[in-house]
Amino acid sequence: MAKITFDGIEIEVPDGTTILNAARQIGGSIVPPAMCYYTPLKGSGGKCRACLVKVAAGSTKDPRPMPKLVASCITTVQDGMVVENTINDSVLDVRKGIVEMLLINHPLDCPVCDQAGECDLQNFAFEHGVSTTRYQEERRTFEKIDIGPLIQLHMTRCILCYRCVYTADQIAKGDRVHGVLGRGDAAEIGTYIENIIDNDFSGNVIDVCPVGALTDKTWRFKSRVWFTKPVNAHRDCPKCAGNVVLWYKGNEVLRTTARKDQYGEVKEWICNECRFEKKETSDWTIEGPAHIDRSSVISANHYELPVLNQSVIDDLPASTQRELEQNPPLKLGS
Amino acid sequence: MGRKLLTEHINVEGIETLDVYRKHGGYRSVEKALKTMTPEEVVEEVKKSGLRGRGGAGFPTGLKWSFLAKPEGVPRHLVCNADESEPGTFKDRQLMSKLPHLLIEGMITGSYALGANTSYIYIRGELLYVLRILEKAIAEAYAAGFLGKNILGSGYDLDLYVHPGGGAYICGEETALLESLEGKRGNPRNKPPFPAVQGLWARPTVVNNVESIAAVPVIVNEGGDEYAKIGVGKSTGTKLISACGHLKQPGIYEIELGLPVEEFIYSDEYCGGIWKGRELKAVVAGGSSVPILPKELILKTAAGENRLMTYESLSDGGFVTGTMLGSGGFIAMDETTCIVRNTWNFSRFYHHESCGQCSPCREGTGWMEKVLHRLEHGHGRMEDIDLLVSVAKQIEGNTICPLGEAAAWPVAAAVRHFRDEFEWHVTHSQQAAQPGAVYPGALVTV
Repeated sequence: MAKITFDGIEIEVPDGTTILNAARQIGGSIVPPAMCYYTPLKGSGGKCRACLVKVAAGSTKDPRPMPKLVASCITTVQDGMVVENTINDSVLDVRKGIVEMLLINHPLDCPVCDQAGECDLQNFAFEHGVSTTRYQEERRTFEKIDIGPLIQLHMTRCILCYRCVYTADQIAKGDRVHGVLGRGDAAEIGTYIENIIDNDFSGNVIDVCPVGALTDKTWRFKSRVWFTKPVNAHRDCPKCAGNVVLWYKGNEVLRTTARKDQYGEVKEWICNECRFEKKETSDWTIEGPAHIDRSSVISANHYELPVLNQSVIDDLPASTQRELEQNPPLKLGS
Repeated sequence: MGRKLLTEHINVEGIETLDVYRKHGGYRSVEKALKTMTPEEVVEEVKKSGLRGRGGAGFPTGLKWSFLAKPEGVPRHLVCNADESEPGTFKDRQLMSKLPHLLIEGMITGSYALGANTSYIYIRGELLYVLRILEKAIAEAYAAGFLGKNILGSGYDLDLYVHPGGGAYICGEETALLESLEGKRGNPRNKPPFPAVQGLWARPTVVNNVESIAAVPVIVNEGGDEYAKIGVGKSTGTKLISACGHLKQPGIYEIELGLPVEEFIYSDEYCGGIWKGRELKAVVAGGSSVPILPKELILKTAAGENRLMTYESLSDGGFVTGTMLGSGGFIAMDETTCIVRNTWNFSRFYHHESCGQCSPCREGTGWMEKVLHRLEHGHGRMEDIDLLVSVAKQIEGNTICPLGEAAAWPVAAAVRHFRDEFEWHVTHSQQAAQPGAVYPGALVTV
């Protein structure tokens, strides 16, 4: 076990845990954003640089600070490590720079983008970015490509997080059909050459995409996400576990996705049959409204108060804790 | 006249063949190391020599070797980084094409020191003719018993392979090189783990520059202490400098570290001064990625001391008034050079060569290039100059690999030292956009 201090909060985590996952165990607003890291995908992370944090002390053995900011998603904790995220201005400045970099070649077409409302980049830019841009040059653009009949790739929106590449590698088990072609800002996601990903689980690349670059063609332009109601449902599927979220508008199932946790990470992969073909309520056993943990405009028809983690409360001054108990402005988590 | 340790016999007729190379003392270090020394003793000699990595970073080679993890039953590898592609640097190409056996000898001795039984030379894709020279030399070395099973009866086995890359600059970064060598896309890896622990095929690996490996035979033959006597302070031995640009005698020079920069530029023994009787304007001392310095600062440090060709002296003053020895790509520019155009050109290179993996470098290199293009072509604005500095700062230190810094440093340094020239490109945009336009210095009044 390693004991670390993250933004002044002490937490003990197993050896080998990454700084980001340690922060997620604390929870709340101190968790660094992650645009490329995805827990179920082995090898992901380290690319977007959104989760950079300052390590003010490396470990008990070697308490020197690390010279550069480190990517918290791939750096493992050491006993006695002191990490600064939201309390360090240089970290926040760099993060602002990362938002700017990610947005210079990203079209600001949120009003017509299907991902809007559940877009990681939108949330990231809203929390850490500035409202203007210093970029005056032409943006890079690509033609839309169909990856098979059900998935559309709109490369112009891509932030090259490589999540779909790892997903395709993982589901295809070594048979590489989906990767990155080209270099630098001309790099593009490609299935050589405009191939289809011929796999029962290929639809999962849509779920892992943090932006609207990979979209479900059965759902494109049907509705804004916040006008649909997420409902948990399951069915007996011979290929996958069959646990999904159905997105209803009225009585119509507009789309089906995998269930995600509060950091937008898929809990269980679902197969293409569940995702693209079963669009009738009669195909499914309905469990009830899906709870959306993430700070988002979509939740089960009402906004929820943010949950403050108990370990955060424990670290607050006694006077503040008393005040919280007497006059709880927030719903207290466990 | 300085001593020539690597290139003493470079002009001997037929030196690329094994017979002639042996006549001039070749492969002595292999015999000495394999027959009389333990691997640890070889590492110790290299440590004593104070040899520093010649690829650019200047990390002590002996120390790097001693960091190599040695778990039981796991093969180790020595990989030679011959992916020389830094603009301004062309020393390794020459060394390999003229003296292929020197590199092979270094690879054998080095592999023995590290306990590696399979070693690789990763060569830049454009240098196919050098690849053929090396392959011929390796075949000769196999035939003579210097490679293969039971080398010289010592019981030590070594196989050596040359592998060409696809010509990507990024594959000169050691972890991208290893990815490429494994047959994957040349994207740099996240570190840690470092190659010394998990390198090629997740095995402990040392990656060294061609020139560093070529220095190993000399060190083993003469002894580390003897080698360390050459040079100044922590910059020991000799260094190949590839001098180019507006010089009377551009070329590759082997210098003893500690040579004054002024002597290197102006002495007839070396570059012989600036061509066409012109004045020196600026120097990029170690390949395109190190900060550019104006004449006053390259000849003398800010404290007024003579600048020497050493790792320490060139970096004296940090990046405010100093630069780096880097890989030894010495680019001299005369008074007719447009610094903005030159910076744009460097920037264009880094934009083209960024692997596109991490966002600051992928987006930032292109952004800087476009802004510089605008400035150079008469469409710049005053705030663009500060924008460049700010973008460079956003890239620097926040990327996976050093390419981000390599792209940011030249831009930041050019603005730092030649700000008036950038401003002139804004105030006199029409004039500056003309082909061959030169900043007249004194004209700037704004």
